[in-house]
Amino acid sequence: MPAQRTPTDVDSDAFERGLGPRNPPGGGLGGGAKPPSEGIWRRGKWAIPLSIIPLLVLLAYGFWTDPRAIPSPLVGKPAAPFSVALFDGGRLHLGDLKGKVVVLNFWASWCYPACYEEAPVLERGWQTWKDRDVVVVGVDIQDTEEPARKFLKQFSITFPNGPDPTGKISVDYGVYGVPETFFIDRAGRIRKKHVGAVTDDVFMREVARLLKEGS
Amino acid sequence: MRRAALALALLLPVLAWGAPPPGAVNEETVRQIAAQLRCVVCQNLSVADSPSEMANQMRGIIRERLQGGDTPDQVMAYFVEKYGEWILLSPRPRGFNLLVWTLPFAGIGGGLLVILMLTRRWSRRTRERPVAEPVDPATRERIRREMTELGQ
Amino acid sequence: MTAEIGYAMTAVALGLALYGSAACAIGARTNRPVLIQSAQHAAIGTFVLIVAAMLLLVYAFLTFDFSVRYVAINTNRGTPFYYRITALWGALEGSIILWSAMLSLYTLLIIVRYRSRQAEFYPWVLSVMLGILTFFLLVMTIPAPPFERLAPIPPDGRGLNPLLEDTGMITHPVALYLGFTGFTVPFAFAMAALITGRTGDEWMRVTRRWTIVAWYFLSLGLLIGGWWSYHVLGWGGYWAWDPVENAAFMPWLTGTAFLHSVMIQERRHILKLWNLTLIILTFGLTIFGTFLTRSGILSSVHSFTQGSIGAFFLGFIALVLLGAFGLVAARGDRLRAEGKLDSIVSRESAFLLNNLFLVAAAFTVFFGTIFPLLSEAIRGVKVSVGAPFFNLVNIPIFLALIFLMGVGPLIAWRRASRDNLRRNFLAPVGAGILAAGVFRLLGVANALALTCLSLVVFVAATIVLDFYRATGARLRTGERLLPAMGGLLMRQNRRYGGFVVHLGILVVALGVTGSQAWSIQTETTLRRGEALQIGQYNVRFDGLAASEESNHFKVTGTFTVANNGRALAVMTPAKKFYPQEQTPIAAVDYLMGLREDLYLVLGDFARDGSQATVKVQLNRFVTLIWIGGFILTLGAALAILPEPRKT
Repeated sequence: MPAQRTPTDVDSDAFERGLGPRNPPGGGLGGGAKPPSEGIWRRGKWAIPLSIIPLLVLLAYGFWTDPRAIPSPLVGKPAAPFSVALFDGGRLHLGDLKGKVVVLNFWASWCYPACYEEAPVLERGWQTWKDRDVVVVGVDIQDTEEPARKFLKQFSITFPNGPDPTGKISVDYGVYGVPETFFIDRAGRIRKKHVGAVTDDVFMREVARLLKEGS
Repeated sequence: MRRAALALALLLPVLAWGAPPPGAVNEETVRQIAAQLRCVVCQNLSVADSPSEMANQMRGIIRERLQGGDTPDQVMAYFVEKYGEWILLSPRPRGFNLLVWTLPFAGIGGGLLVILMLTRRWSRRTRERPVAEPVDPATRERIRREMTELGQ
Repeated sequence: MTAEIGYAMTAVALGLALYGSAACAIGARTNRPVLIQSAQHAAIGTFVLIVAAMLLLVYAFLTFDFSVRYVAINTNRGTPFYYRITALWGALEGSIILWSAMLSLYTLLIIVRYRSRQAEFYPWVLSVMLGILTFFLLVMTIPAPPFERLAPIPPDGRGLNPLLEDTGMITHPVALYLGFTGFTVPFAFAMAALITGRTGDEWMRVTRRWTIVAWYFLSLGLLIGGWWSYHVLGWGGYWAWDPVENAAFMPWLTGTAFLHSVMIQERRHILKLWNLTLIILTFGLTIFGTFLTRSGILSSVHSFTQGSIGAFFLGFIALVLLGAFGLVAARGDRLRAEGKLDSIVSRESAFLLNNLFLVAAAFTVFFGTIFPLLSEAIRGVKVSVGAPFFNLVNIPIFLALIFLMGVGPLIAWRRASRDNLRRNFLAPVGAGILAAGVFRLLGVANALALTCLSLVVFVAATIVLDFYRATGARLRTGERLLPAMGGLLMRQNRRYGGFVVHLGILVVALGVTGSQAWSIQTETTLRRGEALQIGQYNVRFDGLAASEESNHFKVTGTFTVANNGRALAVMTPAKKFYPQEQTPIAAVDYLMGLREDLYLVLGDFARDGSQATVKVQLNRFVTLIWIGGFILTLGAALAILPEPRKT
């Protein structure tokens, strides 16, 4: 809509408030003299709105990805050796489990509901596979002993479980939170990291895959 | 700002630390390293600042590694190895990351150039056509008034 | 029933806002005042409905009406009275209601003030504001309805995010959102100016005070946010460069740039395109800020809520930016001003530089905030950009800004003569250099701190000098000292309001510098009766006590503090265990002082109370940040007062 410049555009009391002199009418208000760069402006002006499109694309991309899914750099690398004092006595050394498929689960008693959902899954998996070169190992992190023992009792957990009081094992496995589960092959390499509660499907698929590879 | 200065120090590890004597760990060194690492459970605080249990344990690990004779660089490298670059609160200035370090300053440089060009062009225009805006009596009067008001 | 009534109200409000927006636009184009009249009624109706919906939700909170899903999630029977009211904005849905209520309040004020004044702009302003309101009401109706029914009705709710149970949270979101939505007014006027083609300076002059109001509230929101972070989050700091903090900081920076650059346009009629760009950016950033806070696109401690509303916000941001900049491009021919400048050494240049650095700071924050996304999209590698980066990169920028804060207000417009420079700057520069020397002798070794202190003294000296001279001039006309000073503040409230704001920022800068340079901390595990020494303070651990609060379980540590051997206080930092939270929340305790705060955070403890880990910080000069903030808001309030007409 072609609007006209009305006198009020120029004449306003507020001009008087400023320190500066009044501009000659038409001088600074546009529409006056046409500078030589007219053509460039004509063509270039749409660049302003267009320049924000890449930004919008980036935001759209960000919207589709999950900010909390952080890929672990450890997948494919040898699993860091550790030794853990088990809740029911004795120690477990990861090194002793070479040649077996290890399912290493990090959990905590306060991690509700995910850890509570997966506990029966892990126990079931352990019962099903323990005679076929599969070991499930639980590491209880950022927790206190009493509720942890209660948790183990509640789910009648029988696979080896121990606390990580210094956080060293957690950091060695790049753990962000609980639950996280690592699938380690017979050669002692981390092959898969699962974040969140493990389901029967996931357990079965990963273990079967690693067992099939032979030793 | 001190933290920023420390970031600088970490970029120039030679200036900051030699190999510390094993056994004696400076708590300040622990804090400096912790300030560069992201607390993994809180996701937006540094390991130094976070009150969480996990951050507490991570500080302990830093201390332990320093005690074991690691240099601060090696300690940082250890965490990067386990968690990826994500754990560093300021991206390492190399490769693509250089973009985030340099673009703000490139922008300022570019902006300065544009301002310089514009002001030169605008003031040249004024010089070329001095008649366009002589100091008319009204302005002079206003200036005088303002000056009195300001006590000049 | 409540849920259905509330939902109906939001739906009707949506219809009214949509109708009003369209009716205004059509009415303005076809010149039919009747339509604009009816749009006005629609806008008032929208306001009433939104406020009623908000009050209904508050009522639902107060009566524990768990049939409303939002109430059941954000409160439980143990939530204390006040926090049941503030739980209203404890999560996404309620925040959007609050946002809409404030936007509709501003819309109402626009109607009251301009319905018979700005005949050309008014319908378009109303149309734009109702259009924006439509978007928020749409969010309230489709992706994030606050009045969703919950069936079956649970016996108790889940409970409010415990971090939000704090007095800071009563005021912080209100101030922040008043700031955010406040920038809608200048934005709407800018759009009206573009649509009507009246792209002169008028829209800017009309909205100048509105902008300061928005700026005032945004500043207040940021300050209260810092305060909340300092005394609730328990990490001992006030600013973490968290994406959500950044989201509120960016529009503050561009808004500040806008406040300054309009002064150049008012006087020299240049920078039209620039000012429009700034206000569009500022408004766009407020929407982006909400998007960041509420979509979970960038993970953040503050992302209390996440939802599928990201797509809505993204669409709206696209619409706003493409639409607004498209209009700018379409009106481009009117916006090019033939700039004139008398000299490079002038206030105009100082303001241009000030704009450059403010926008550069905003850009740094913006780019740093989205860089992790960019890195992931291009390299496939997640990186973090956090406090160490922002601190380092922003230091030179903020130092430059402080310097320009001293130069801008005193250098002459048009052309600064050598005389002007000497008269106004010789003494302050001298004071700055002298200060650097004095502080050095006092033992300040940190080069950054020294630079900052010196700059602060320089700027303070320029302000004092100016005020001194102006008062002197008034004294010579026979006025008395106090009336002279008061008259100066009131008569030139815009100029001196600005100076007061600058002073406030200087004090904040001192606080930031001091706290970053001289704070110390330690973390130790103490057995009962054992003590640690920090600075001149001796902190002794005296034991633990457990208590059952209305909605949580609390373990409180008792620490006896002595200053140089004299008993000073008993401090009680605690850990709170909320049933709905997995990890405990730290409740810090601190002794505030002008020079330093003693700040205690309780860490791990033995259940029998025999030992506890405590983090003790001696935070120096943090109090100056709150004092500076207070001064700053006073200055802004002064600048908001109507300008007296000059005779």
